[in-house]
Amino acid sequence: MSCKSCDCNQPAQPERRSFLGGSVSVIASMTILPGLVLHEVKAKPDDQRISDKNRWGILIDTRKCTTECDACVTACHNKHGIETHGRPDKDPQWIRKLKVEDPLTRKVSSFPIMCQHCEHPPCADVCPTGASFRREDGIVLVDRHLCIGCRYCMMACPYKARSFLHEETENPLPHTPRGKGTVESCNMCVYTVDKGGIPACVEACKLEGHQAMIFGDLNDPESEISQALLREGGQQIREDLGLNTGVRYQGIN
Amino acid sequence: MRQGLIALLIGLLLPLAAWSGVLPQIPEARKGESCVRPTDEMRKNHMKYILHQRDETVHEGYRNPQFSLVECINCHATKDEKGEWVSVKTEKHFCNSCHTYAAVKIDCFQCHADKPEEAYEQARHPVMLRQGLSEDTIRNTLMEARQ
Ligand code: HEC
Ligand code: HEC
Ligand code: HEC
Repeated sequence: MSCKSCDCNQPAQPERRSFLGGSVSVIASMTILPGLVLHEVKAKPDDQRISDKNRWGILIDTRKCTTECDACVTACHNKHGIETHGRPDKDPQWIRKLKVEDPLTRKVSSFPIMCQHCEHPPCADVCPTGASFRREDGIVLVDRHLCIGCRYCMMACPYKARSFLHEETENPLPHTPRGKGTVESCNMCVYTVDKGGIPACVEACKLEGHQAMIFGDLNDPESEISQALLREGGQQIREDLGLNTGVRYQGIN
Repeated sequence: MRQGLIALLIGLLLPLAAWSGVLPQIPEARKGESCVRPTDEMRKNHMKYILHQRDETVHEGYRNPQFSLVECINCHATKDEKGEWVSVKTEKHFCNSCHTYAAVKIDCFQCHADKPEEAYEQARHPVMLRQGLSEDTIRNTLMEARQ
């Protein structure tokens, strides 16, 4: 099955298969600052396609997250060039901090919320053009080349994780194209993840010293995130909806 | 006799047309010996390659730099006399030179950067900056950690 729509001679299926079989995901860890360890999943080669061998996820330990800190939000918005236009109700927001209080115990918890990267995303169900979709490796995206800005997905999302871009982007960044009239949301830093890195929010949380967020492969039982989930468990927000989210939380009960 | 005259006329007019700016003035590539495909092929079919790569990248995470739009810009974006990066809004930008001439309008740069990666400040890490580390240290440690 070589590429038919143009004569670009891209690799045929069997080669990719054997390549996949041959490569083993390696986890390297490395200390960069005292008390700080970054776990990195080995980068996939650029000309390899993603597959359902991986399911990327983020685990958020709300007990380590503090109310004052918004490093994850700042890092995300810096990385993707998201700016305010002085109209908070219309400003795009890929990640936000929530503060919830248990009415009985008065216990306050604080945590970031963003696209939960559902296995069964309601946004994709309602999208009339197929712009909202879930990549094989679990990352839910808007293909802005297909998005017509109808905003059905924004209504369908139980997490209010999506924003509509009302303004022109003055100076879009090379790896985060964004444009007026389309819907956008957390893309789990898809470019960076494809290159073997970790999302900006998780990186910022680590560097800030809170270590409240773990990024990794939920399909790999050896990964840090799977191990932590196995050891301590984790919840989905609105578990009752049965969406099987890729973002999980600890300590929000 | 007649054909000879016509040939002569064309021979005279073509250089004149090019000289007076009637033909598109295509800025020379800033980097690279040659394009990702032979130049005449790129002239005709560049849109097929980019549009094809676009869908493969967005849906399948295929990150081959060969036909990536970011890479086109990395090689083809140029600076003006003042040393400023040329905006795609003017016909001095590579991707707008022929398009203006041929009355082609594309919307790609409403979202995509028209300047190369090097034109953007290296990702500053606000957290690390606050920790008092220099930008070089930050860049190096992050790069090391990614290898
Ligand atoms: C509404 C915004 C928008 C418009 C308009 C748009 N794109 Fe994109 N494009 C994106 C986003 C978002 C991505 C995903 C970036 C990523 O994952 O790296 C993307 C990715 C791509 C990619 C793959 C990444 C790369 O740099 O190679 C290509 C190629 C591409 N677009 C080509 C085009 C072309 C050609 C046009 C014009 C016909 C266009 N795009 C118009 C938003 C847009
Ligand atoms: C490695 C650098 C490099 C990359 C990457 C690159 N090009 Fe080129 N391109 C060149 C060079 C060198 C030429 C030869 C003509 C010149 O010197 O300007 C050229 C020529 C062209 C031409 C013909 C220009 C003319 O003078 O008629 C087109 C069209 C073109 N490129 C489009 C693209 C597109 C579209 C992409 C992205 C898919 C791309 N190029 C990527 C270096 C590059
Ligand atoms: C050598 C001249 C030339 C250069 C340089 C050039 N283009 Fe084009 N491009 C054309 C022509 C001519 C067409 C229209 C072809 C047609 O309609 O058959 C076109 C069409 C396109 C289309 C399809 C538009 C549509 O609506 O179908 C895209 C996308 C495109 N160009 C992107 C680019 C990008 C990106 C660059 C810069 C990297 C670029 N072009 C540089 C000549 C050029």
